[in-house]
Amino acid sequence: MKTLEELQAIRDRMKGQMNNRAAADESDYRVVVGMATCGIAAGARNTLSALTQEIEQKRLENVVVSQTGCIGICKYEPIVEVFEQGKEKVTYIHVDAERARQIVAGHIINGKPITEYTYNYAVREEK
Amino acid sequence: MLERAHILVCGGTGCTSGKSNEIYAELSKHLKENELDKEVKLIMTGCFGLCAKGPIVVVYPDGTFYQHVKPTDAEEIVNEHILKGRVVERLLNDDKSAGTDEVKSFNETPFYKSQRRVVLKNCGVIDPENIDEYLAYDGYLAYQKAVTEMQPQDVIDVLKKSGLRGRGGGGFPTGLKWQFARDSKSDQKYVVCNADEGDPGAFMDRSVLEGDPHALIEAMMIAGYAIGADKGYVYVRAEYPIAVRRLQIAIQQALEYGILGNNIMGTGHSFTLELRLGAGAFVCGEETALLNSTEGKRGEPRQRPPFPAVKGLFQKPTLINNVETYANIPTILLKGADWFASMGTEKSKGTKVFALGGKIKNTGLVEIPMGTTLRTIVEEIGGGIPNGKRFKAAQTGGPSGGCIPAALIDTPIDYDNLISIGSMMGSGGLIVMDEDNCMVDIAKFFLEFTVDESCGKCTPCRIGNKRLYEILEKITKGEATMKDLDKMEELCYYIKENSLCGLGQTAPNPVISTYRYFKDEYIAHVRDKKCPSGVCKALTSYEIIPEKCVGCGLCKRVCPVGAISGEIREKHVIDPDKCIKCGACIASCKKNAIKK
Ligand SMILES: Cc1cc2nc3c(=O)[nH]c(=O)nc-3n(C[C@H](O)[C@H](O)[C@H](O)COP(=O)(O)O)c2cc1C
Ligand code: SF4
Repeated sequence: MKTLEELQAIRDRMKGQMNNRAAADESDYRVVVGMATCGIAAGARNTLSALTQEIEQKRLENVVVSQTGCIGICKYEPIVEVFEQGKEKVTYIHVDAERARQIVAGHIINGKPITEYTYNYAVREEK
Repeated sequence: MLERAHILVCGGTGCTSGKSNEIYAELSKHLKENELDKEVKLIMTGCFGLCAKGPIVVVYPDGTFYQHVKPTDAEEIVNEHILKGRVVERLLNDDKSAGTDEVKSFNETPFYKSQRRVVLKNCGVIDPENIDEYLAYDGYLAYQKAVTEMQPQDVIDVLKKSGLRGRGGGGFPTGLKWQFARDSKSDQKYVVCNADEGDPGAFMDRSVLEGDPHALIEAMMIAGYAIGADKGYVYVRAEYPIAVRRLQIAIQQALEYGILGNNIMGTGHSFTLELRLGAGAFVCGEETALLNSTEGKRGEPRQRPPFPAVKGLFQKPTLINNVETYANIPTILLKGADWFASMGTEKSKGTKVFALGGKIKNTGLVEIPMGTTLRTIVEEIGGGIPNGKRFKAAQTGGPSGGCIPAALIDTPIDYDNLISIGSMMGSGGLIVMDEDNCMVDIAKFFLEFTVDESCGKCTPCRIGNKRLYEILEKITKGEATMKDLDKMEELCYYIKENSLCGLGQTAPNPVISTYRYFKDEYIAHVRDKKCPSGVCKALTSYEIIPEKCVGCGLCKRVCPVGAISGEIREKHVIDPDKCIKCGACIASCKKNAIKK
């Protein structure tokens, strides 16, 4: 027999796992990983699982993780885009598992985009 | 582990008959082949509602809505969408009326936009065979709240305040019914769920059982607590095999978790639940017949009063409610009576689920706030009438209800409005008819059903309805006189007033309401010996219009009885004595040269 507390624990655990079944437009953040051939070849799978793990562990309910096709700047893959309600999207490049975790902590939890990892920053540096 | 995508395959009865089991198996196979089975979760859910477009597969988080999916499409969905992140465009909507091709999130489509999902909130979202998924969406929290924070009377007071009325047809205030059951004193009481759903074309209750069985269990437990009963029965028809199996699984899981049983979750409250399978007689949906059948007796109605709340199952006080009524209750307790009462009209609160069928593009299951107009249902949610035909009427309430003619299409749908225009809410069947439907034929169809299903216990229903049916037959054959129409009307009211149970009391309703709104059609059958819609075969003849006929011979070739003669490039003619009025020639003629 399960106690009231045990049932609540199941609810909490499952809520995290089923979060991505809420319609994407109801969440505050949408994190999109480029999962075309180019992305996957560059390691987007690891990026994705790092993102999903981190979000589940930190019990973030206002985020959905999604995937998309080729964004068109393949040499910067793996690419992760973060859409925040009411703000311009931020495009991160060369996102490995470590960067993914930093993005969750910095951008989503603390609300500060990590400028050095963004596409705009890289383009400016290259000039 | 949080998966990056969830693939939801509809496991409702409609999609299952469209091979959704195979689709599931194929998807599973291809996910494994690509080693994606750890990253992607595959779930079989209950009905999504848009049955016309089934089998349906939805991919989250983006909410891509694939329709008419075949098992052979599974590979492409996995390879393209999951692996490469490209939506499989060809499986998106083919018809602009549901609009899923412009917006990918299906909640924004016309079919879903005007709906409000309370009863169906978990259908097509959770895996009905996994209690943990139900728990994730606040499952059994309402029960917990009731038992730990509320007195039984508080629960009933919330229901009274919410304004919830029975969804099984009668629309009796649920809180009041619970109060009667609570106030009856007895050593033993029962909670019963009416899941018989006998209306032809209705599948609201089935979809709740298939898509969200735990919601019913939770609500019945709450009822047990509120009225003081520790035993419940669900009476469900055996023709609903998927619903029965999912309920059995749900009960089993609830038992394993100690959610059903003795001293539930350590709260001191006990409740157990059993299934009773019905053999599918319409009359067994009538509550007293259902109680007889549950006891193992013949499914015949009993005299009322005494009402079940006083003397029900095994002569003990019994609360009996419909599936949809119950399914509202956990949400009402969690969100409050005021939230519920904020939806709907003055005397009809909340939402109602309808099984939308007949001449409509988006056939399926819809849930709308009470007070939505028929026009919204038909034109927006339903996507209108196919083939550019004109809306003629809608039948609500199945064989006990009546029709709503086109002139009343702006009537807000609620219990009292429907009664006042001569129809009724019924359990939620909504059949749309277009100009090709003959209203006499429709009335005859429903009456044939009730004649068949009459239990035979009382004479007005057993014999009266049979006689009524015979008059309708005469009308459709062109053998009736104007006097028969008067007799028909008189008989209708006699049957209504003198039958023992609701079946007989409502059986003439389809006749009364079609006669009220389409009297001219009845008269055309009787006086002019014509069926204006060309449905009644005895009153239609097929004719080839010589000016239009080009003598192609197509009709001659398709006629199954050789009733058409004529040489190539010459005018053809139909022999009325041989013609069986099957309509094959009309369908074949490219020049529209054949008329009824
Ligand atoms: C002939 C007949 C058939 C009925 N069939 C059903 C049915 O299939 N399902 C149902 O819930 N109620 C049916 N009812 C209504 C029940 O008698 C009863 O009113 C209902 O179960 C009460 O539940 P509610 O108050 O939640 O609506 C039927 C009534 C009649 C007269
Ligand atoms: S009204 Fe019809 S179904 Fe009801 S008891 Fe009489 S015969 Fe039976």
